[in-house]
Order: sequence, then structure tokens, then C-alpha cells
Amino acid sequence: MLNLGEYSSIGEALSQALETWPTEVCLIESDRGEEKARLTYREFKARALPLAGALQEMGVAPGDRVSIIMTNQSKWLISAYAIFYCGATLVPLDFKLKPEEHWQLLKHSGAKVLITEYGIWRLLSAASGRNEVVALKDVLATEAPANADLAGALRWEETKGAKPPKFVPQKKTDIACIVYSSGTGGTPKGCMMTHENYLEQCMALTSIYPFWPGVHYLSILPTNHAIDFMVGFFGPFTCGAAVVHLRTLRPEYVREAFPKYHITYVSLVPLVLKNLQKGLQARFDELPASRRKVFEFLRNINRELTKSRPLLWLSCRLLSQVHQAFGGKIEAIIVGGAFTEPHTLQFFYDLGLPVANGYGLTEAGTAITVNDLRPFRADTVGKPLPGMEVEIRNPDADGIGEVTVRSKTVMAGYLNEPELTAQTIVDGWLRTGDMGRFDATGHLQLFGRKKNMIVTEEGKNVYAEDVENAFEGVPVKEFCVFAANYIWPQRSMVNEKLLLVVHLEAGQLLTEELKAEISARNNRLINYKRIHGIVCYQEDFPLTASLKIKRNELAQRLSTFDREQSILPI
Amino acid sequence: MINLKIMRTLDQTTSEILELASKQFKVAPGSLKAEDDFYKKLGIDSLQALEMLSRLENHFRIELPDYEVQGVSDFKTLAERIQARL
Repeated sequence: MLNLGEYSSIGEALSQALETWPTEVCLIESDRGEEKARLTYREFKARALPLAGALQEMGVAPGDRVSIIMTNQSKWLISAYAIFYCGATLVPLDFKLKPEEHWQLLKHSGAKVLITEYGIWRLLSAASGRNEVVALKDVLATEAPANADLAGALRWEETKGAKPPKFVPQKKTDIACIVYSSGTGGTPKGCMMTHENYLEQCMALTSIYPFWPGVHYLSILPTNHAIDFMVGFFGPFTCGAAVVHLRTLRPEYVREAFPKYHITYVSLVPLVLKNLQKGLQARFDELPASRRKVFEFLRNINRELTKSRPLLWLSCRLLSQVHQAFGGKIEAIIVGGAFTEPHTLQFFYDLGLPVANGYGLTEAGTAITVNDLRPFRADTVGKPLPGMEVEIRNPDADGIGEVTVRSKTVMAGYLNEPELTAQTIVDGWLRTGDMGRFDATGHLQLFGRKKNMIVTEEGKNVYAEDVENAFEGVPVKEFCVFAANYIWPQRSMVNEKLLLVVHLEAGQLLTEELKAEISARNNRLINYKRIHGIVCYQEDFPLTASLKIKRNELAQRLSTFDREQSILPI
Repeated sequence: MINLKIMRTLDQTTSEILELASKQFKVAPGSLKAEDDFYKKLGIDSLQALEMLSRLENHFRIELPDYEVQGVSDFKTLAERIQARL
């Protein structure tokens, strides 16, 4: 791999990678089982530089923001490189957001150019919100049909500069990306990530999980997500490896991709990992008794022999059928985005399929701790990565306190939110809001959150305040949304739920009609943002001088009630 | 050349979706309604919803891009998205 310590920006490191491995394959793209593209590093460069030239001719200058809203595909990475080549700041947005949410974040980020897919652009251009995004000058749309109404966009494929672009160097401290960790319903949390953040994180991660030419990384998590950007783009590219994109993530095509492309690494969210576990277990259960006995015997041998470290060559032989279904080349399944239950991690490890679980957040530059598998510890989220200082603040009698981090990977701050930044990064230490402790061997264990938020098994961060808009106008005196574990801490990172706390008018009852209205509004929210219960509170909510709800105080008051009896399921 | 494509109304498309979903997830035929939230009514997660979409694509012989069904959670909207591709 490249020695990233020698480079000052993502663009500079990627440029060197394109020169270092010109004939290696860097991208493979498959659409519903059919391979649509296979690019070498040289071909990647040949496609990206004309786009960089066009961006410069459009006036994209260092520090300007250019947004990408695309599904995982080769043009995502090509566009990102072109943006970095110009010294611009990339604003990667989740293609799964609603068009109104996209416009909101485009406005907040001040993006000058948007690069998107035609299908997404069709939905975006039909939605309201464009007029408010005054900074946006140009839109490039990929894959538009021949006679398509482009609604003012330019065709990505035809957007080429008249002359070769000029590479614009960046300093390590310049902002490389603005990554939204949440906030389409409340305060947008646009994490300003520097080039140094990415360079340092990449060096730390690849010191434990290396890439090399010939590695095939299957990119499933959206590339705007900090994990996929790192291990599905910057990491593999700076090591000469290849990224495999699937244009649809229907389970049958994902399953087919493993053996077809001999996948080496893949990143998954816990929900997908659990689904895989369920599918595998069902197949094991269907085995005839005699074969099942043999399988259990081999799995037990594998478990015993790999206690201190993974032995992939041995596991591949002992449990060959399982490994063949995964292509026979899997080094590790990276799981992130949310907490994974230990029994799921252990299930895969016992099959000789190591799961590289860890813990991190966008604000910290992706991963803070990673399980180094020596030995595998399913009950922890691993040890701090090289370069990470991790401290537990204000520990209780059990040693559990808030996890705080100091590292070159910690973001520069939240865009346009100096107060929030000052609350989050104190004296150089990032306050994660997560509760944890170190065990005697230096492994971190997590025990819930201090923050009023949940993280779903799909890796979605949902801040309670962000869903309150959905209940605006509900006929009650006042209301507030809380994460249940924020009110009643559970020392757990699983099964997190949101609750609606209502204060009814004097004499008002929580009638079936009122419950139906709350339920109807709840159903309008996307499934992972929905509340799971109602809590009735009889007193006025404590308020600040500016009439905002004092959430901490209200949560403290609510915590004196019995959790189970207080929550009315919805 | 004779066009053999079956022309369906939105109501027909909706009822075919409801029938297929009830078969796939083994719920009583007729118990699903167009307005139902399929995550809630069928008790499924997002991956199972993707599996349902694959079956619907095969049935209607269409391709639905992932982004087009993001955020869709009721049969009625799903039927509209499918109808637009028929």
C-alpha cells in the first residue's frame, strides 16, 4: 500500500494510486447478475480527469462544495476523485433520503454542484425545495435516457473539460468532506472531515485489516456512509485493491456476488448479518441428522483450533461448503453502523468467518476501536485503533462512564454549528455520548448511551428531536420524543426504542381517537424513525427561559416512574 | 406485431400485490388492504421487503431501482410505483 504519511490530501494519495497500479482492476460493477463495467486504475483515471476538467470550467474552485447523491456504483467513485482533484469539498448524501430532505441538506451544505443519477434527479426535480438552494449552479445526471427531460441538468457522460484539468493541492487541515451523521428533522449535523482525518484513519485501519492488489471488496453499505467511504473506496484504492458494486441489493444478487467475484471483505450492518445468520441456521437445521452431526463436530473442532486467532486456511477446509457459499476467499466481514449482539458475532466466528466488529462514529472519523481477532472477543467492540486515545470519563462504581476520544481522526466540527461543536469536542476530546468501560485486557465494552437518540440495526442514527415534527399539531397540551433508554438507562445497546411523551390538557383523556391520530402520524414516518409507545405525564414540562423543553430535567422526572407500566404500546 | 403485454388498472395491480404478499408471508388472503403498512402488517424487516420486491418484479416483469422504493411502506404507494413501470 501507499505510505499515506507522505501525502497531505485524499486527492494526492488517490492520484498516486492511479499511477502505481495502472493495470490492476479497481472497479467491477454488476447489475442484476450481469457485469456492466470492469475498470483498471488507468481507465478510472481516464474517465475521471475529463470530469475534473469540466468541473473546473464550471468554476469549481478549492473549498467549493460538490454533492453526490448516487447509489453505490463506479460513477460515484469517479466523480468523488474528480472533486478531490479540483481541491473541492465533497458532500456525500444518502440516496435513501426523501427528495425534500436532500434539498434541505443541499441548502445547508451550500453545495455548488450536484452529481446524481437521472432516476434520483427525476424525483428531486419534481419535489419542492430547489428554489431555496441558491448556491446550487449546476447539476450533472448520470444514465439519462436519450430523450429524457433533464430539468436543467447536464448529462454526466457528456460532461468533459475542453482541456486537461489542473491538480489542486490541499493541506491536511483542509475540509475534504462534509458528512451528515443525522439531522434532516432537527439540527443538521454536517461533520467537517479533514484530509488528515481520512489519511490517519486509513493508516490505522489497514494496519489491522490490510488490502492488497487482488482483494475484492463488496460495497453494500451506501458510499456516503463513513464506513463504506473508507473501506469501500479510499482504503482499497490506496492499496491497489478492487471494489465490487452491485446496482441492486436484492438478497439473491448479493448472495450470488460472493462466489462470483471471490469477495475478500464486505461491510454489513447488524440487520443484514443477523439475516445471514438466520438463513444459514435454517440450512443447518435442514441437514439430515447424520450430516448435521458431522457438521457440528467440524464446527466444534474449528472453534477449538481458532480460539486464539483465526486460521482461515484451516476453516476453509473444515467447513468448505459454508466457505464456498461465501466464495472461499473471505478474510473478514466488517460489521458496523450499529451494535451487534455477541451471539451473532460468535456464530460466524465459529464457522471460520471472522467478523471485524468495532465501534465508531462519523465524528471520530469512522472507527475508534476494532476487534483485532487475537483473540476474538464477541463480548467487546475491540481495542482502540493505533493513534486513538480513548478515556472513560466520570466512571461509576462499575467503571462505566462516557467514552471520550482524542485523535487526528476527530472531525474539525459541525458545519455552521459552533455551539454544538463546542459541546461535542471539549478541550480536544470528542464526547461520544456512549457509555462504556475497558476490561482488564484493554477491550472496550459498551453499556448504552447518554444521548437522546437510538441507532437502529440498519445503522441509522435517529435523534429523538428529529422526529418531533411528525407530531406537530397533535391535540395535547405539550409533547416530547425520547429514546426510552435515555429516560431509563438499560446498560444495553440493543432493542432501542423511541417514545412519545404527552402532557394532556386538564380533564383530557388519551382516547382511542387521540391514539389513532398519533398512530396515523407515526405511520407517515419512515419505518425506522417511528415511536413504539406513548407515555402520559401529568405535569407541565420544565422549560428554559426561551420556552424550550428542558429535556434532561424532564427525563429525570420521568425516570422515577416504572418503565414497563408507563409505556403504552402503539 | 401483436403486443402481448397485459394491461392492468391500478386496482388490478394492487390486488395482485396484496395476493402475492399474503402468499409469500403466509397471511390470510383478503386480510391485507392497500393502505396497510407492509412492515407493520406483515411484521417484516427491510431485507424481507426487498425479497418481496424481487418476487413482484418477477411477477410483473419489471425492474424497480432500489432508490424508487426507498421510503415506501404501504401497498398503495408500492402499487403506484409498479404501475408507473408497467
